[in-house]
Order: sequence, then structure tokens, then C-alpha cells
Amino acid sequence: MPATATPPPDAEIRNAVIRLAGNSQDGIQSVGAFLGQLAGSTAQEVMTYMTIPSTISGGPSIFQVHLGSGEVLHPGDRADTLVAFYQHSYDDHLHTLKDGGICFYDSDQVEEIREERGILHIGVPFTSATIEAIGGNAKSRGKNIFVLGLLCAVYRLDRDKLTEIISRKFGRKSEDVLRNAMLAFDAGYAWPVNDIESMPMSPGENEGDRRVSTDGNTMLALGLIAGGCRFGAGYPITPWTTIMEFLRSELPKYDGMFIQCEDELAAVALAIGASYSGHLAITGSSGPGLALKAEALGYASMAELPLVVVNIQRGGPSTGLPTSVEQSDLMQAIYGSHGDAPRVVLAPRNVEDCFYTALEACRLAKQYSTPVIILSDQALATRLEAFPEPDLEVHWQEPELDLSERGDDFKPYPLDQLTRHSPPGARSSTGKYPVVTGLEHDEWGHPSGNPANHREMTAKRRRKLTELAATLPNPEVHGAPDGDLLLVGWGSTYGPIKEATDRLNADGHCVGSINIRHLHPLPHNLGSLFENYDHVLVPEMNDSGVYGYGQLATLLRAKTCNQKIQSLNKVEGISFRVVEITEAARDLINH
Amino acid sequence: MSDLTSAAPAEKLTKKELKADHPTWCPACGDFAVLASFFNVVQKLQIPHEKIVCVAGIGCSSRFPYFVNAHGIHFIHGRALPLATGISLSRPDLHVFVFGGDGDGFSIGGNHLNHAARKNVNLSYVVMDNFVYGLTKNQTSPTTPIGQRSKTDPRGAIDQPINPMAQLVASGATFIARTHAAQVKHMNEMFERAILHPGFAVVETLSECTMFNPGSFDDSNPRKGGVFELVDEENQDLESVAAAMELSRDLSPGKFGVYYETRRPTKNELEREWLAEAQRKTGDLSQRDLLRQRFASMR
Repeated sequence: MPATATPPPDAEIRNAVIRLAGNSQDGIQSVGAFLGQLAGSTAQEVMTYMTIPSTISGGPSIFQVHLGSGEVLHPGDRADTLVAFYQHSYDDHLHTLKDGGICFYDSDQVEEIREERGILHIGVPFTSATIEAIGGNAKSRGKNIFVLGLLCAVYRLDRDKLTEIISRKFGRKSEDVLRNAMLAFDAGYAWPVNDIESMPMSPGENEGDRRVSTDGNTMLALGLIAGGCRFGAGYPITPWTTIMEFLRSELPKYDGMFIQCEDELAAVALAIGASYSGHLAITGSSGPGLALKAEALGYASMAELPLVVVNIQRGGPSTGLPTSVEQSDLMQAIYGSHGDAPRVVLAPRNVEDCFYTALEACRLAKQYSTPVIILSDQALATRLEAFPEPDLEVHWQEPELDLSERGDDFKPYPLDQLTRHSPPGARSSTGKYPVVTGLEHDEWGHPSGNPANHREMTAKRRRKLTELAATLPNPEVHGAPDGDLLLVGWGSTYGPIKEATDRLNADGHCVGSINIRHLHPLPHNLGSLFENYDHVLVPEMNDSGVYGYGQLATLLRAKTCNQKIQSLNKVEGISFRVVEITEAARDLINH
Repeated sequence: MSDLTSAAPAEKLTKKELKADHPTWCPACGDFAVLASFFNVVQKLQIPHEKIVCVAGIGCSSRFPYFVNAHGIHFIHGRALPLATGISLSRPDLHVFVFGGDGDGFSIGGNHLNHAARKNVNLSYVVMDNFVYGLTKNQTSPTTPIGQRSKTDPRGAIDQPINPMAQLVASGATFIARTHAAQVKHMNEMFERAILHPGFAVVETLSECTMFNPGSFDDSNPRKGGVFELVDEENQDLESVAAAMELSRDLSPGKFGVYYETRRPTKNELEREWLAEAQRKTGDLSQRDLLRQRFASMR
């Protein structure tokens, strides 16, 4: 399929799932990132998925890209195309290729191939062809870009835009690096692949929007900035770390500050200190770090201080699976502390939603003067998606520091109103200044062990959440408004659940699905939705537990006493495949 | 704290305005004198009332903020220093004072002491060291001398106590002093110098627990037959780590005064420098346009 020949009238395809399998130092992530960025700039949709070894360098790694002309909801159950850099990549990933799929393999590295399931094998010497193209001492560097060129030709992607993206990336480094990259790209693009016809992607269907592409952690951090967070503190832990790295560099431009601390306890304490000082502050971590912050979270709840806490969930417990996805911190997020310590818990459903969830977290933290936890996960944190750019005319919350004088009627903890603190620096008309405290206190903040006072103050803190719940509408139903089955998900399972819903309805079932952003408090009228369906199934990436239900399912059963609610649990460190949900749904419906 | 010249208070601040609830400490507790000394120094320095922030963790001495009529925050055990760091860094206009005891500062919060010191956060920290856990009623603390009995060491403490002076020197604190709650004039002087010091300033204050550790500091109290020996500042190189370590060698009862004092850029200054530099680069763009520009680069 040389670029110069007149292309045959190949059938256009709307979706392509490409799996790149190699070692983590081969730069396969950057190939995926280029394709993701390309999708953003060509009105296509994209979702990526990668595995990263939890070692410093080296080790097998994959990057899967799902490109689509229309909506892309999941990284792809099975790959249409596999690119195998080594024998082990080939051996480990051939099974993920669909029947009749295409496997490009590095013929310099892969010696044994297996003819099976009608798979078309195409050997291309990535290694030697790249060395030949770049010349000199290129060694094996650049073969990722060679492969990018090859894929660009096979899928007839927008070559000009792709080379522009490459230039932008490598042009920053040096002329030599850029020249070598372009040589490798051109060599891959021109490589004659005679056994197949090209598979041109049909044009994207998202014209008109200004579209961006990025990963969930970046989008979450940008949402925190747009939401008015100007102070943060953290400690490195995968997969949260990229948020703190980003904010450390970015916040100073916005007159803010992000501080790396000696430990998780210090990080949450610094954030609470800044929050007490009148700023909106953020701290974050992954599961083990959230556990360490739990005591201070109880404090923020008791002292009624606004605070945004990000938790990028990973496989647990303990060190667990640090670079894999799981949704097993829900109970920890809602209840993890001591005493009755209400806080708000929100979960974004995709990369775009990370921005809007962060914005809402900032707004709620201030409005209710309470800690708000954002539960994202490893898959969302690291994958790329393309989506419309947020309209900052609408979605922007100006940071504010209110140091106005507090009047004679100021009370830090009024029983009949939401708490509004007087930060240090604010004068007091009475000459009396408040002490913010973790001891149970009366309306003026004086320590009090009075039984009625503790009861009333506990209720005051709880009421913030019941008032919030009353304002929350039920999540929008995708698919059938009533019928056989309601699929209920939270967080990053949104995509596979939505796609499963569509497939089940296409097969003649009557299925609806919702994704719950507000996990604590839950929308007050949620139970009424469940009445409209024969079955309710809750797919979650956590264990079914001692009593047979996942963490959200347990809460939904407790809230609604609805016996129909059933669980579908997966704890393999990888996201749901659509087919796993459709199969469980069919079992339930046909039971 | 460095910048006391700015924003002189409208009306004179007196001890009367600074007094809040009557302390809940036991009669004759050393902490009463520490509180009185704090009032004296704040009144002398005329810090704007609303700019004073008192921070504490958990312990008898950590009840301090309730007894000062000023903005205050009573936090969790051991984390007063990182909390105060958040306040100090995010609000350079405030005067941040941290109060606590030996358990809060040297045991459960021990790691934070090292890091607040090495970062040279701009705040003043008074440790009321009584060599015992008082609030929980007489357990061994990190500074309890070997052999002293407590409810957790009924046969006498067996673990080597912390040497707070040596630890502070080693971790990079820029003002390290030691005083005694029964020596009011000396305590006033140490507090004042700590407050005026730009950077992380610590004053270890021996403060007797009359309930569980009576007489513990008599050996350095002349009224009880002891000797209150001062650091000879005339002949002491205050910027010498070696000299400070030498002074720290024996703290039973040891010398009183400034052990170490140096000027190093504070965390506050270094972070603000970065902010200024980052904002110089962004020019006149509004924050919202800055974020728009960021999104444009992701198209």
C-alpha cells in the first residue's frame, strides 16, 4: 500500500482498536498519545488504555487505542490490530486480537508465529528498518515512530496533522531529534504492506466543537484550577502523582501554590491550614494515602472546613496493584474516619467529566464548608480521550479570600445556618476571635461536652448532606426509561455500561442505565427509579464481599431496601469488557 | 516572623484584649507563665490583633489557643506544624504561633519537626516540655529521663530520651533557643527574639507538670536551689553548628539561651519568588485567559 499508488476504493471503517505491545521504554505510550491527540484534532473520538509495570524502567507494557468516528465509550474489548514489538508481546497478546484481525510484528524480534483464527500476520522489520532510515547509532530508538507512520498509512489517518503533532512534540527537544523522528515516520509510512488493503477511517462526526484531548488526571487538575483551588499539598503515590506534578508547575501562574510534603499526614494538614486561612485547598492521594489522611478528614468534618480531597483509586488493599484499576475505596471515602464524620463524595465518569466533577467539588466544599472527596481511578487517570473544550465563560469560579470584618452576630457554628468561618486576618467588631476546633463545641466554638449539644451539632453536620441530597436530581437514564433491567454504575464504568445498554437494546431487550456522580449523599429520590425495572444490576470493580454485594450495591440496598438490587463484581485490575456486562445482564433477564 | 513594621494596629493592643477563657491547667502549672509571657511579648511588639494566629495540636499545653483571644485553631495530635505551615505559606500577612508539648512535638509529630525545620517555614514554635504525658495522666514521654517512673514504665523509663536541641540543629532550624517557665524575663527575651527571627524559630521551654512531674526542673531553678546557667553569647558563635551541638551535648539541666541562630531564605520567600517568576512569564493575561490558553495548547 505505497502512498503514491492510487488507493483502491476501500470500505471506510468507523472504529479501530489498535493494541501496541512492547516494553515500557519503547515509547509505545507516546505513539498512543499521538493518535489520541490526532483524534482530538480531527473530530474523532478516542479512548485509550494502558498497562504500566510498577517498576522504574522496563518490563512489558501495552497501550491500546480505540479510535472512532462517533462516540467511543470504552477502550475496546478485542483489538482489530495488534502491533507486537517482541516475541513475549506477541505470545502474551495474540489472544486479545479478534478473529480475522491483523497482527503487525517486528520480524527482527518475533521468530515464531502461530496461524490461528484467520489472523493475518504481517512481518515488518521495525528495528532494522528504523536503523536504516535514521542511520548511524539509532539503535532501537525511533521504532515507535516508525510504527506510527505505518499505522497512519494503513488507517489513512490525517498525515499532515499527525506530522504537525510530532513536530510540536519533538521540535521542542532539538532539530536532530525532530529530523530522526520524521525520517522514522516517513519510512514507516512508505513501507510497502502488500497483503492488505488500507482501512480508511471515516471522518469524525464532531465538527463544530473546539476539541481537546488529554488524560483524566490533567483534566481533574484543570478543573480544580477553574474551580478556584489555589493551594494544594501532597505526597507522591501512583497514580495520583501526576496531579501534584501538574499543580506544582501550574498553580504559581495562577498566584497559587502546591507543596510537596514529608508524608500524607502533613499534606492533608497543610491543605487544612490553607483552607482555615480562607483559601480553597486541595490534597489528594491514592487508597493507602487516603487511609493515612483519615484522621484529619474527621477533623475537617468536625471543624467544618472546606477541603477538596482527590483519591485516584488503584488495586488494594495495602500496596496491592499500584498501577491497576479498581473501585474499592468507596466505603473508605464515605465512612473512612472515626466518629460520625459526614463528607461529600463525587465520582467522574470519563476524562471530560473529571473537569466538571472537580468544579462541582470546589463549589460544594465552599457552599457547605465541608470536605469533598473526588473518587477517580487509575484507568481514568491515565487514559486519553478527546472531547469539546470547556466553556470558561460559564465554567469558572473566581477564587476569593473574604477578610471582611465579622459583625456582632458572628458565630462560627450557628445551629440554624451553614457555617461560614472567619479566617485569620478578618477583624471582629466585638473584639472576640474564634477558635476553630476538633473538640465538640458550641455555636461559638467553645469546647462543650454537653449531651444535647453533641446531638445537635452532630445533626447540624449531617443536615448539610441531607439538604444537599434534596437538591440532587436523579441521574439521567440512558436507554429505556422502564423495562427489564436498570444498570447502575459509578465512575469509569460509565462507558462499558452505556455501550452494554445499547447492545442489549439492539438485541431486543428493554434496558436503561445510569451513572451516579453523587455517591454521598445519594440523590434523595434514587429509589423511585428502581421501581421502573424488573431487575437492577450494579457492575463495580470491587469485591462482592461477605454478604454478596459490591460497595455501591450495599449502599443502594441499605438506602432503598430494594431486594432487586444485584451485584456484578470484577477484581482483576482491569476495566469491564462490554461483553462481561451484557452476559451478566442476559443471565439476570432470562433467569 | 519578619515583617512587623507593616500595618500598625489602629488602637493599642493590651494584655487585657488578649485574654480569653481562664486556662484549664492545673494550679501552678508552668504553662501559666508561658501564656503570661506570650501576652507580654505580643503587647510589646504590638502585632495587629487580627493577624495573630495561635495553632496547637493535642495535649495540656496545646489548649493554649483557647486561652488567647485571637484567631486560633486547635488541630489533631502531632500535626500542628504542618497545619501552621499551610497557614504561613498561604497567608504571608499573618503571624503564626505554634504551641505544644513534648509528646505532640517530639513523638507523634516528630517527623514534622524535622521537615518544618529544614524547610525553614516562617513561624514561631514554643514547645512546653514537661518530660511527661500529662493530659492522659502520667505516661512516659519522649523526653522522660531514664529511670523516671510513669504508669507505662512502672520500673522507670528505659528508653534514651530525645535530645530536642541536637535534633533541631541537625534538621536545619534557623533559630533554636531554650528557656525555663520559671525564668520570666529570660522567657520574654527568648520569645521576642524568636518572633523577630525570619524563619523557623523554636523555643524549648521547660514547663513543670506539678501534677505528675513535680520538681522536675528544680535543678535549673535558683529559687529551688538549682543553677540557671546561661549560654555565653559573647563568646559563642551562634551560627556554628558544631558549637550548637557541643551545647546540646548535656541537657541535664544544660544551658539556657540561644543555641543557634542563622539567616537562610525561608520557604515562604522561596515559594513567593517562584510565584513572581511564573507570573512575570504569563504577562498581563487574566487567570481565566491563562487557562483558555492552556486548553488551546491541547487542541
